[in-house]
Amino acid sequence: MYRYDQHDHQIIKERIAQYRDQVRRRLADELTEEEFLPLRLQNGLYMQRHAYMLRVAVPYGMLSSTQMRKFAHIARKYDRGYGHFTTRQNIQYNWINLEDTPTILEELASVEMHAIQTSGNCMRNITSDEFAGVAADEVIDPRPYAEILRQWTTFHPEFAYLPRKFKIAINGSKEDRAAIAVHDIGLTVVHNEQGEVGFKVMVGGGMGRTPILGSVIREFLPWQHVMTYLEAILRIYNQHGRRDNKYKARIKILVKAIGADVFAAQVEAEWADIKDGPATLTQAELQRVAAYFGSPEYASLPSVDAEFEQHKADNKAFANWIKRNVKPHKVAGYASVVLSLKKPGVPPGDATADQIDFVADLADRYSFAELRVTHEQNLVLSDVQQSALFALWQEAKAHGLATPNVGLLTDMICCPGGDFCSLANAKSIPIALDITDRFNQLDYLHDIGELELNISGCINACGHHHVGNIGILGVDKDGSEFYQVSIGGAQGNNSAIGKIIGPSFSAGQMPDVIARIIDVYLRDRIENERFIDTAQRLGIAPFKEYVYATPIKSFEQHGEDAGTVVSY
Amino acid sequence: MREIIKDKAIVQDDWTVLRLAEGETPDAIEVPAGKHIIPLQVWLIQREELSARLKKTQDLAIWFGSAEQAKDLGADAALFPLLAVDFPKFSDGRGYSIAYNIRSRLGYTGEVRAIGDVLRDQLFYMQRVGFNAFATREDRSISDALKGLTDFSEKYQTSWDEKNPLFRRTERTGLSA
Ligand code: HEM
Ligand code: SF4
Repeated sequence: MYRYDQHDHQIIKERIAQYRDQVRRRLADELTEEEFLPLRLQNGLYMQRHAYMLRVAVPYGMLSSTQMRKFAHIARKYDRGYGHFTTRQNIQYNWINLEDTPTILEELASVEMHAIQTSGNCMRNITSDEFAGVAADEVIDPRPYAEILRQWTTFHPEFAYLPRKFKIAINGSKEDRAAIAVHDIGLTVVHNEQGEVGFKVMVGGGMGRTPILGSVIREFLPWQHVMTYLEAILRIYNQHGRRDNKYKARIKILVKAIGADVFAAQVEAEWADIKDGPATLTQAELQRVAAYFGSPEYASLPSVDAEFEQHKADNKAFANWIKRNVKPHKVAGYASVVLSLKKPGVPPGDATADQIDFVADLADRYSFAELRVTHEQNLVLSDVQQSALFALWQEAKAHGLATPNVGLLTDMICCPGGDFCSLANAKSIPIALDITDRFNQLDYLHDIGELELNISGCINACGHHHVGNIGILGVDKDGSEFYQVSIGGAQGNNSAIGKIIGPSFSAGQMPDVIARIIDVYLRDRIENERFIDTAQRLGIAPFKEYVYATPIKSFEQHGEDAGTVVSY
Repeated sequence: MREIIKDKAIVQDDWTVLRLAEGETPDAIEVPAGKHIIPLQVWLIQREELSARLKKTQDLAIWFGSAEQAKDLGADAALFPLLAVDFPKFSDGRGYSIAYNIRSRLGYTGEVRAIGDVLRDQLFYMQRVGFNAFATREDRSISDALKGLTDFSEKYQTSWDEKNPLFRRTERTGLSA
């Protein structure tokens, strides 16, 4: 993985000094809160319901075991012993003191990490496929480009005060695992007909109040031009994006208002002036950065390990875990393992300091000391020998990290919602916990099969509810919390925005609502059809009809403030 | 006379920014004698009358509103001793692209000044996109603001101040320890 050189270290060091002084000036009242706000946001610091929240970047989702251990240390020393992995390949700490933040940033810098531009109206942490570099279906490794773009976006002077936040995602596999269609810019690394490498450029996707899928504005952009072309996009957006209304300020609104063709033409005109300039990427720089992402020293192994096959045959629980949580690898004899952070009773994405340390340990012992964070809020050990899977499984199980539910209904994406977030209309963590409780039968869960359930506590859509096969959105009705349900959303190659099925429900009704939706699916599915395929084939009508046919009883839900009662 | 930051030093400044008051329009407003930084629209509408004065006295400059663009002034830019860009709020970042374009597209080499809600923590980025003068907010210490120009000694990407990205400027080491 990428390692800082002296320049990277210097830049991060100077940032911390700058931020330390900003905090000092804020505490001395030399800065108003209004002035401090964008400064702290660009350092990842939010004010939340109970305390400050610090969001730390995991650039394109990759980190070392050393960095992971630092996360555990920060959780213990400066927070309440846990952290929250998010859909944007970040980790968030919910209970941070302002005065501690410069020191936390110093601790992070000591392991080549930072919280730069994890928030605010600037280019955010770049996200990517969690299996980049190891996926069996990978066409081109996107990580060198992601790192080059990380550096380009870091403290870009012209684009630090954009109309709104700006998110870039990059994918290099056949299957899109980076949800590129719902990003401000979605890049796919591709080959053209001549076999040259470049990018398919999508722009104007996003969720929030107005969910829109991105439009392709360029089928092929030679890789050398990625920075100048993005500069052109950002300059157009910076000048023409709406600033009068923050709900209409995202680039998706601009692209939609003028049309993707017109927008593309403007970008091309802007780009013509800077194309081939010094910001053009060089072969030497690409090679330098790519060298950091070379393959580890894989052993040469048979593609099938007999003992592993035997364990699978003998042990159904192990086989289930393999089926759900273990992914194919490009190298024979290896696999990638998803450690599920979706154990019943624990908020999706939360991990204790002990678990974080333990996962760092696993990475050291089983996976070349490297890890990934997924946008479904799970963790990945990317390079595990097949022959080690059984031992690894037993250890992970003992630490509550082997719930065999990846890609299933209980592998939910869920934002922090009303327990932590000051923007929430409703809680989301207790809804997730209650639904997980209801679907606690593993056989049943496996029978339902692949299903993406996403929950957001408000229309900002941090929980990706729009692209959930089933989406749950917290809404406020006369001061009470209710939940609106949508069906048919999808991420990936066939991204789609879900459709709302009808009037919203109370928290206590939600597990039954989901159960009814599943009943319709099980009743109407054709053999081997996934939930999303049934939903898209039938539309929402049969679900709507059945869910609302008879009244749904409300049951006694968790309902308490997860922010204060969650225990591990 | 107020103080501003110019070319990294605190200097006295005798320019006055002319802003339209409520009800005033760019066609009707009369530009008083003396050194004035006038709204772009006033220039565009009163260009004929103001041209002669500008030639003679060089006591006119232009400021851009954040919704305006460098290209709106075009080749006229070269006539002025000073161009300013207004920041109605420090969080409105359009002025950064305007300044960048004033330098790179209009090829303007005179003074480019940031006016309005200009604060210490924006100065480093502002100088990178082409500003060399800053009329920082008068209710804040200007000597403190001056420190904002030196927050960083290194930068990754190109902008007006730096034509080459880091990877073209230095031999970056391969794999570090
Ligand atoms: C608790 C503090 C949080 C706050 C205050 C917050 C705030 C927001 C706001 C205001 C938006 C809407 C932006 C817009 O549409 O212009 C948003 C969107 C989003 N946030 Fe958060 N968020 C928080 C936590 C999270 C977490 C925990 C995640 C991941 C689990 C996350 C990921 C996202 C994503 C993916 C979007 C959707 C962006 C899009 O429209 O494409 N946020 N957030
Ligand atoms: S979706 Fe709403 S409630 Fe959930 S984290 Fe985002 S802003 Fe907060």
